[in-house]
Amino acid sequence: MTDQRPPTDPYWGQWFARVTGVGSSVGQAIVVPALALLTALLIGGLIIALTDLDTLSLWGEDPWEAFKQTIGGIFDAYRALFVGSVGSPKAISETLFTATPLIFAGLAVAIGFQAGLFNIGVNGQMHIGGMAALWVGFTFALPAFVHIPLALLAAIIGGGIWAGIAGLLKARTGAHEVITTIMLNFIALFLVDYFLKTSLFQQPGRNDPISEAVAPSAQFPTIFERLSIGFILALLAVWFCWWLLYRSTIGFEFRAVGFNPDGGRYAGMNVAWVYVAVMAVSGAMAGLAGSNQILGLEPYRGISNFAGAIGFDAIALALLGRSNPVGVLFAGLLFGALRAGGREMQGAAQIPIDLVLVLQALIIVLIAAPELVRAIYRIKTPEQELETTISTGWGG
Amino acid sequence: MTAVANQPEAEVKTRATPEQRRATVIGVVLILLGVFVFWAFGLGVESGSTSTFNLSLPGERFTGLTWEVNSQWLAFVVAAILAFLGGWVLRRSHVHWTNLALAIGLGLFALAFLTWAASDGSFNLTGMIRSTVILSVPVTLGALTGLMCERVAVINIAIEGQLLTSAFVGTIVGSAFGIWVGLIGAMLTGALLGAVLAVLAIRFRIDQIIAGVVINIFALGLTSFLARRVLADAQDLNAPGRFTPFKIPFLGDIPIVGQIFFNHNLFVYATFILVIVLHFGLFYTRWGLRSRSVGEHPEAADTVGINVYRTRYRNVILGGLIAGFGGAFLTLAQVSRFEENLTAGIGFIGLAAMIFGRWMPLGVLGAGLVFGFARALQQKLGVLGTPIPSEFLSMTPYIVTIIVVAGVVGRARPPAADGQPYIKD
Repeated sequence: MTDQRPPTDPYWGQWFARVTGVGSSVGQAIVVPALALLTALLIGGLIIALTDLDTLSLWGEDPWEAFKQTIGGIFDAYRALFVGSVGSPKAISETLFTATPLIFAGLAVAIGFQAGLFNIGVNGQMHIGGMAALWVGFTFALPAFVHIPLALLAAIIGGGIWAGIAGLLKARTGAHEVITTIMLNFIALFLVDYFLKTSLFQQPGRNDPISEAVAPSAQFPTIFERLSIGFILALLAVWFCWWLLYRSTIGFEFRAVGFNPDGGRYAGMNVAWVYVAVMAVSGAMAGLAGSNQILGLEPYRGISNFAGAIGFDAIALALLGRSNPVGVLFAGLLFGALRAGGREMQGAAQIPIDLVLVLQALIIVLIAAPELVRAIYRIKTPEQELETTISTGWGG
Repeated sequence: MTAVANQPEAEVKTRATPEQRRATVIGVVLILLGVFVFWAFGLGVESGSTSTFNLSLPGERFTGLTWEVNSQWLAFVVAAILAFLGGWVLRRSHVHWTNLALAIGLGLFALAFLTWAASDGSFNLTGMIRSTVILSVPVTLGALTGLMCERVAVINIAIEGQLLTSAFVGTIVGSAFGIWVGLIGAMLTGALLGAVLAVLAIRFRIDQIIAGVVINIFALGLTSFLARRVLADAQDLNAPGRFTPFKIPFLGDIPIVGQIFFNHNLFVYATFILVIVLHFGLFYTRWGLRSRSVGEHPEAADTVGINVYRTRYRNVILGGLIAGFGGAFLTLAQVSRFEENLTAGIGFIGLAAMIFGRWMPLGVLGAGLVFGFARALQQKLGVLGTPIPSEFLSMTPYIVTIIVVAGVVGRARPPAADGQPYIKD
């Protein structure tokens, strides 16, 4: 799964390969993503221009004025995107705050990819893990240094079990994880709606699905503005996943099975067990992402569909980070910046935040197909093609 | 069936084959279901209570058709049939009938459940089945899209994005130029996205799942962006008309059956015809044989002179046309208005239905009807007010899918080259 390409620059290349596992030279690792970002922003600008109906009608009458307004509109939008993501300490804290659940969820998908499993069910695992953390969060009264770890443990177990079901089904019956995890997403969504209306979770005196608030001792302490220790936990999770995948025996088995299940079997690995373990670890990360949505942000309550679309953004993140924990971290920061900036863009320049999704899609496709970027900018093709293969069909 | 399962079937076996073990499991499950029906739906209602099923819809030629049934007796009869089916399947010589027995068993179980839910009340059965047929349409069309692509070994996870974008384009074009033009616009949009997927997967050999995910994100982002930026200001672009149902002469006047099958809009008829045409096409024509060979063994297909790339491009784009048709159904027939993320996962359910239906059009239709039934049940049961929380009823189809995929239907076999790019030497 990791790209094994001989680095062209011995010192930096090896360092980079060791740290990121991307296995490409620095130039390759920086230039293509940078050009991809640039290209995506250019196309995004074009979309902004083409959808500005007032200015479009001006082109016939006064092309120069229309041109100025179009450029001005794009400039305003991107300035807001920039200011809102890295323009001030508060903006940077927003970026990191937004990136936190994305990093956890991205790790969940990435670990699955490393073992050749496509965990599309991060959404459901976030819900189950988040509900477990929520229950611990408002049920007990404990000092914070016990309460928070306990809630996190509940999230890990909840998410791990929910994903483990899919792993177990794959190991025992061969049921494809894409189907089972999609189905488990829907089931989790309905379970959350149900439990939020039971006396176990529901805020007394309410009829709608909303839970009691988490006790202050279980809420993540904030560092700056909305940025909480959740981000530090995410960094720890990145380190843990990197260690697990590249430094532990279990991680070696994960990657070996992902590379070739039959090879792993002949080497004496219990492939069925590896599937369950991979899904459990993946689900644990997803559970942590869910706990961050409960313990790490206002209103510190469970609401219907609290995981939102993070579970699906996570797939894009893992692809962008080439299934490498450190890559996921950077991808998460990029997406966090785009989201935080997108909110500012929506507020200040009246450009709907959904443009960020378009930018994300363009960035991923351009990075996944370096040929496209090279074709656009006439860059010479390196001798060895960098290829990622994640899907090997449904047969698994 | 023969086209997919080409492994020889050994007649004499001392140990149980996987099919026989599966049959044993299904037999036991059917008997347990029978016991459950006897206990919960039979003994669980007061003796003498009746369930009334309305069988006609308002405005039909024959009105006032009802079917009154003694709730308890029906449950007992269903329990007996279930037990019989279970015993039948448990006999090893009847291994080939397991899937049919399971389908009949689940249908009867659903009937017993509805009878129980409607005891001492009434329930419009015809309306429910009619809704099932209508709601199965987008799922079936999505699954057919996936099937068209995967039969030539291109994994299409972008069905959701294709449905969403074509629904969006269908709305705008339909509002501006009329619904027929909207329909064409939607289909072309689906085909365009299919072409994008094909180019990314075949020409650039990007990982096909990445390509699909990207198209989904792009579709969601672009349609939501445009909906907020353009449609919000131009409401008249978000009001296409809709294709209205039309009754097929004579057939549409048959009581019950007419309402269920022969009084629909264009999309429903077209879906049924498409399923039959595709099934025939895939398994009995030259086009189908060539497509399947490209999906199973592209090298061999190439050797005998089939153009692998052209076949893949053509089928993926044709699949896109089907997705576009499904997208048009959502905004030009079901509701006549576009909203952000209108599809809400239908494409993914279509993906599951494709695997559930074992990559065969008729199987896909069956899977689509199961999901359609589930959604119809979800809509109608609120009226009845059963003691079971609605969330649990809503999640039942997804649980059933997991159980079915986890081996009750048997391990489905995808096309052999699925997901692998072909590199011509």
